Amino acid sequence: MIYRRLFDFPTLRLRSPFGELERMRRQMDRLFEDAMTPYQRPQTGVFPLINLTEDKDNYYVRAELPGVKADELDIQVTANNLAISGERKIAAEEEGARYHRREREAGTFSRMIALPGEIDSDKVDANLENGILTIVISKAEIAKPKQISVSS
Amino acid sequence: MADTESKELKVREKQEVTSPAEQTTPGLVFTPAVDIFETEKEITLLADMPGVKSDDLIIDLRDNTLTLSADIAPVDTTAEQDILVEYESGRYYRQFTLGELINQENIDAKLNDGVLRLSLPKVEKATPKKITVKTG
Repeated sequence: MIYRRLFDFPTLRLRSPFGELERMRRQMDRLFEDAMTPYQRPQTGVFPLINLTEDKDNYYVRAELPGVKADELDIQVTANNLAISGERKIAAEEEGARYHRREREAGTFSRMIALPGEIDSDKVDANLENGILTIVISKAEIAKPKQISVSS
Repeated sequence: MADTESKELKVREKQEVTSPAEQTTPGLVFTPAVDIFETEKEITLLADMPGVKSDDLIIDLRDNTLTLSADIAPVDTTAEQDILVEYESGRYYRQFTLGELINQENIDAKLNDGVLRLSLPKVEKATPKKITVKTG
């Protein structure tokens, strides 16, 4: 009976010489997994979060900015950088208001985005609608893909 | 509010709804961030709902349960290729239980720049009527 108990006890089990190695390998895998997760969803952690897409002629930058007025937003383009900055204001409510929940935040923000290619800084169009900012940036002529016909 | 003016905004992940009821429509559902405050006369609720148009917003109040749900107009990006995706969009859903009686007729909702402002006026308490007991 006492033998059985000893053998069932996990730490007293005989280990294969590779057991320890196997355990280390697993730990390494886990470490890499942890290190890899941020790459699955690239994020800088800078407000506002943006989605960047492109098509043949333009880049599209979208950001969620609820409660930000168009005149409180500053957008600048240089070479191939786009800077979005501004301030989100939350008006003070009347005296004597008792807050039950306060989850919305006010504050300043500024973000710089490097675009992957050359842009035409004269053709940038920004639109703020229902709290969503959409910036359409025209690609520079030299950066646009050109169809090359193959003559036979 | 002087200290909040220079404060820098930090990124907050959009909160996905974790409701016990399962979703029957595809797509993500998020919980909007809200401010709720109360004065003598009314309860005011402010909710951040970027991308929501006033037609797509449903506000429902019954049995002291206030439900906000909103669809968003999807942005057509099928012709575009993603380079960077930091946020996702989806519907909004959140429920609140109200402790006070609300005057349903005078509820007022405004949607501006993706922020909903909902005013829920309280029912005025009936002024206690004094009844004099006559003798004789």
